[in-house]
Amino acid sequence: MKVTLDWLKQHIETDASLDTIVETLTRIGLEVEGVENPGATLAAFKVAKVLSAAPHPQADKLQVLSVDAGDGPLQVVCGAPNASAGLVGVFGAPGATVPSNGMVLKVAAIRGVESNGMMCSTRELELGEDHDGIIELPADAPIGMAYPDYAGLNDPVIDINVLPNRPDCMSVRGIALDLVVAGLGTAKPLAYAPVEGAGEGPDVRTDDADGCPAFFAQSVSGLTNGEAPEWMRRRLTAIGQRPISTLVDITNYVMFDLGRPLHVYDRAKLSGGLVARKAAAGEQVVALNGKTYTLAETMTVIADAAHVHDIGGIMGGEDSGVSAETTDVIIECAYFDPESIARTGQALMLTSDARSRFERGVDPAFLEEGLAIATRLVLDLCGGSASAPTYSGAPPLERKRIAYDPALAETLGGLAVAEDRQRAILTALSFTVEADWTVLPPPARRDVDGPADLVEEIIRIEGIDSVAPVPLPRAAGVAKPTATPEQRLESRARRAAAARGLNETLTWSFLSDAQASAIGGGAWTLANPISEELKVMRPSLLPGLFSAAERNMKRGAAGVRLFEIGRRYLAGGEHPTLGVVLAGENRARGWQEGKAKPFDAFDAKAEALALLAAIGAPVENLQVMGDAGEAWHPGQSGTLRLGPKTVLAAFGMVHPLRLRAFDLDGPVAAVELYLDALPAKRSSGFARAAYAPPALQAVRRDFAFLVPEALAAEALVRAVKGADKASIVAARLFDVFTGTGVEPGHKSLGVEVTLQPGEKSFAEADLKAIADKVVGAAAKLGASLRG
Amino acid sequence: MTDLDQMKTDLLAAIDAAATLDALEAVRVQGLGKQGSVTALLKTLGGMSPDERQVQGPRIQGLREAVTTAITTRKAALDRAELDARLASETLDMTLPADAAPHGSVHPVSQVMDELAEIFADLGFAVATGPEIEDQWHNFTALNMPESHPARAMHDTFYLNAAEGEEAKVLRTHTSPVQIRTMMSQEPPIRIIAPGRVYRSDWDATHTPMFHQIEGLVIDKGITLGHLKWTLENFLKAFFERDDIVLRLRPSYFPFTEPSAEVDVGYTTVKGRRTLGGSEGWMELLGSGMVHPKVIEACGLDPKEWQGFAFGVGVDRLAMLKYGMDDLRPFFEGDARWLKHYGFSALDVPTLSQGVGA
Repeated sequence: MKVTLDWLKQHIETDASLDTIVETLTRIGLEVEGVENPGATLAAFKVAKVLSAAPHPQADKLQVLSVDAGDGPLQVVCGAPNASAGLVGVFGAPGATVPSNGMVLKVAAIRGVESNGMMCSTRELELGEDHDGIIELPADAPIGMAYPDYAGLNDPVIDINVLPNRPDCMSVRGIALDLVVAGLGTAKPLAYAPVEGAGEGPDVRTDDADGCPAFFAQSVSGLTNGEAPEWMRRRLTAIGQRPISTLVDITNYVMFDLGRPLHVYDRAKLSGGLVARKAAAGEQVVALNGKTYTLAETMTVIADAAHVHDIGGIMGGEDSGVSAETTDVIIECAYFDPESIARTGQALMLTSDARSRFERGVDPAFLEEGLAIATRLVLDLCGGSASAPTYSGAPPLERKRIAYDPALAETLGGLAVAEDRQRAILTALSFTVEADWTVLPPPARRDVDGPADLVEEIIRIEGIDSVAPVPLPRAAGVAKPTATPEQRLESRARRAAAARGLNETLTWSFLSDAQASAIGGGAWTLANPISEELKVMRPSLLPGLFSAAERNMKRGAAGVRLFEIGRRYLAGGEHPTLGVVLAGENRARGWQEGKAKPFDAFDAKAEALALLAAIGAPVENLQVMGDAGEAWHPGQSGTLRLGPKTVLAAFGMVHPLRLRAFDLDGPVAAVELYLDALPAKRSSGFARAAYAPPALQAVRRDFAFLVPEALAAEALVRAVKGADKASIVAARLFDVFTGTGVEPGHKSLGVEVTLQPGEKSFAEADLKAIADKVVGAAAKLGASLRG
Repeated sequence: MTDLDQMKTDLLAAIDAAATLDALEAVRVQGLGKQGSVTALLKTLGGMSPDERQVQGPRIQGLREAVTTAITTRKAALDRAELDARLASETLDMTLPADAAPHGSVHPVSQVMDELAEIFADLGFAVATGPEIEDQWHNFTALNMPESHPARAMHDTFYLNAAEGEEAKVLRTHTSPVQIRTMMSQEPPIRIIAPGRVYRSDWDATHTPMFHQIEGLVIDKGITLGHLKWTLENFLKAFFERDDIVLRLRPSYFPFTEPSAEVDVGYTTVKGRRTLGGSEGWMELLGSGMVHPKVIEACGLDPKEWQGFAFGVGVDRLAMLKYGMDDLRPFFEGDARWLKHYGFSALDVPTLSQGVGA
C-alpha cells in the first residue's frame, strides 16, 4: 500500500517530519518498505518557453528552437512535431539526467547545429506513455520554475507493507488514524454530507444474504465522464495507479483514500435492475481485465436480467464498464463476505485491489457514508443529478465482546502498562471499553477476536521494543544432553564421512520426471512444480548426487567424492539416508604409484563399511548379498545386510545406463546407507567389560585352497573361521589367484588364520587337529588344499 | 726397542691402516688368531720361570689388550663409515610430494544446525523433527490459517498430486507444523527447536524453492514476550560470539502468534560488508511471537493454563551472515570448490567449551 505525505496530511494534522512519520509507522507495525520522492529525479528539469522555432538547415524533421528557461534564450535542436513558438514545456539543461534512459544531457552538435539541452516528452521523464511530442504546459506556467515544484511532484511516496491483520490500514485515512493514536498529531474530520437525491433509488437488491449481505447504490444521470482533475490524477499516479476516466478514478480514489471499494455501472448497458445472487454453475463473465471467467455456484455475482456484470467484490464486467459516452450510472457500495471473497478469488486465481480489501474485511459501518462520498464526488466532478439511494440488506454490524484482563499486557506481553493507559490506547483505536473490561472492537477491526489481540494493540502502540528481556528459567544443574539417538547417528555419520575425505553437499529434494524414472520412479509428484526439473520427490539420494558429480566433472574436476545426508520420500514415509558418489580418479597419477587409479566397487565397499562402523553397526556380522537393484552394475554391486532381511546399505558401481541418463562418463561408484534400518542399540551404561588380554601369544597359519571360481570368498572365510570356534579367533583372505598352475574354472584363495591358545601353548598335534578341521570345513564348499 | 715393542708398533700400524673390515680381520688373525704372533707370545708364558713370567706376563698381556682395543675401535669406525656410505647412497629428494589425502568437509548448513543444537541444548531445548510432506491441517489449519485465510496464499505452497477424493498434501512451507506435532505428542512444559528443510515456490538470489529453517517453541506457565526477547538475544550473542548484538522488535503479523514481532538485528558495515553487531542499521532476521491461543487450543491444551513463544529463522541465512556467503543458490549446487571453501572440517565440532563457531 502506497501513500504520499501530502495525502496523509489530508487526514492528520501534524508537524512531524517525514523521517519521524516513517519511523513511527514501522514502530507501530506498519512496516515501511521504501520512501521515494518522484520529484527528486526531475529536480534539474525546468519550465521553459519556446521563443522561436526555425527549420533545421540539414534535416527536414528537426527544428532549431530558441528556448527561455528563465536565464535568457538558448539554442536547442528538437525533433518533436508539436514544437512551435509560444509553447511552454519542460526543458532539461546540460548536466540533467533523463530518467527514461539514464542519459546525461550535454552540449552537442546535432547534424551540425549546436544544441544546449532538450525539450522533453512525457515518456522521457517517466511521467506517462506519451511520446508523440514534447510536454505542453498551460501558457501561464512560470518560466524557470523547477518542474517538480510546478507539477507538485515533490511529494514523497511511502510504501507500506500492510499485513493481513490490518484491514483498517488498507487506506490512507486508516494509516493516518493509526499515526494519530501513536501520538503524531490530530485527526482531521472526514468531510461528509448525505446526498439525498431526487426520485426513486436505483433498482438493486441482494438475494444472497450470505455472500452479499448489503447492496447499497445510488444513480447519477446526465453526467459527463471526462478526465479527472489534476490533483486526483496526480495522487493516483503517485501511488502507481493509471488514471483512466473521472468515474473510474473516483472509485479508485475512494478505495485508496478511505478503504471503500466501489463499482460504477453504465446504466445504458444494463437491462433491468441489478441483483446480488449466487452464480449459476458454468455461468461466464468477461471481466474488466478482458479475460473470461467461468463461475461456480458458490460465487457471488451482480447481474441484471440478461447476464453477470460483476464478480462481486473482485472485478467488474467489461461490457457494463463506463466509457467517455457514459451519461447515466449506478454507483454500487456493497458489503461482501470476506471468506466468500477469498474462496472465489483463490478459485478464479484473480487478484484485485478490491478483493484484497474485501477479503480482509472492509468497515461494515461505512457503507452509507462511502456511497454518499462517492456520489458527491461524481456530482462535483461529472455533473448530473443523483437519485435517492437504495439500501438493500444490511451489513453485519454486530460487535464482538471480549472479556479482557488488563494484567495480560504484562503476563503475556511482558510490558507493564497502567490500566488507564491501556484504556486510553484502546479507546483511541476506536475500541469500546466497558467498566468491567469487556472490550468491543470497532467494526473495521474484524481481525481482533480475543484478549491476545488486545495485548498486541496495546503493546504495539506503547512500544514493543520497550519489552525488557527476562531470562528463561534454567533447569537446576548442568544442561542435559538433548540429541535423540537418530540425531547422534546422523551427526556421527556426517563427521565420519567428512573425516574420510568426502564433501558434504545438499541437493534438491525433488528430481525431474526423467531422473526419477531412471531409478524406478518416485511416489510423490508435485501438482505445481516450479519447473519440470524439480517435480518428483526423490526416492533415492543418488540422482541428486549424480547431477552434482556431473556438474563437477564438466567443470574439470579429476575426482569427485560427495556425500549427502537427507530424506528419501517413499510411499510409506520419509527415510533418513546417506548417499555417497565417487566419480573419476580416486588417486591422481603420481611419481610413486604411476597411473591414476579410478574409483572401483571396493572403494564404495570400504566407504560403506567405514561409515556403518562409525554409526555403530556390527560390521563384523554383516553379510554381503546381491540384489542392490536396477541402478547398479549387476556384477559389481551388493547390499550389506544384518541378517537376510535388514538391508543397511547398497554399494558398488553404478549401472552404465543410469550414468548415461545423468550424462556422466566413465565408471562411477556409489553407496546408499539406510540410516533408519539400523536397529537401535541397547544402552548398557558407560563401563566397559573388564580388560583380559590372553596370556599366550597367538599363532598364525596360512592355507591356500583351490575352489570353484563362482564360490564367494566370504563363504570360504566364514567356513574356515567357524571350523574351530575355541581356537580360531580370526580368518582373513589375503590372496586371490587364477592362472598358471590353477585349473580352469577354479581359483586359489589364500586365508590367514589366527589361532589363540588358552591355558597352554599349542602342541604340534593340536595344530594338526585344527588344520584338519579347517580343511574339512572348507571341503564342504568344494575347496581343496592346494599342494 | 725390544721385539715386543716392535711387534706392537707394527700391529697397531696395520690396524690403523686397515681400510676395510676384511683387511682389519686379516690383521686380527695375524695378531690374535690361532697362529697369530700375539697368540704365539702368549703361548710362551707357560714355559717361563715364575720370575721371568713376572716380568714378561704383564707386557705380553698389555700387548694383547692394546691390539684388541685398537681392533674394536677401528671396527666401530669402519662400521660407522660403511653405514654413512650406505645412508649417503639412500638419499631421496625430500621435496618430492607426499600422497595428498582428500579433504572432506561438512556443509555450512549442517554445521550451523549443529551450532544451534549446541546453543539451545544449554538453554534446555531438545531437537524435534517432523515430516516434510505434510498434511494441510498441520501446515495451515492448526496454525490458525483456515482454508480461506489470505495468509495461505502468501505462502507459495507446493501441493502434491492426490488421489481422487483425497486432500492434497503439501511440502511444508515452514517448520511450524513441528510445533503442532510436538504439542500434540508431548506434555508441557515444552522447549524444542525444530530444524529442517522447508519449501516455497520462489526462486531468485535470496530465495530457493527449498531452504532450511529452524523453529523454536517454548510452552510453559507464565512465559511472556520478555522471555522471547531474552532467548533470542542470548541465542544470537552465543551464535555470533559477540556481546554487542542489539535486537529491535517490531509489531508484525503471523497467523499462529499473537502478539507477533518481527525481529531486526543491528549491523555495522565493516569493509563494505554488513556485520551483525552494533546498530548502524537494521536487518530483518526472524519472525516470532506468543503462540496464538487458537494454536494451543488446536493441540488440545488449555490456553488459559499454558502459554509460550515461538520463533522461526532461516538457517541458510544465519550461515550466510556468520560465514560471509553472499548468494544462496550455490548452497544446493554441490560444487566441490564451494564446498571446500565454505565447508568445515570434521573436527570442527561445535561445543560450548571450545566455541560454537569455526
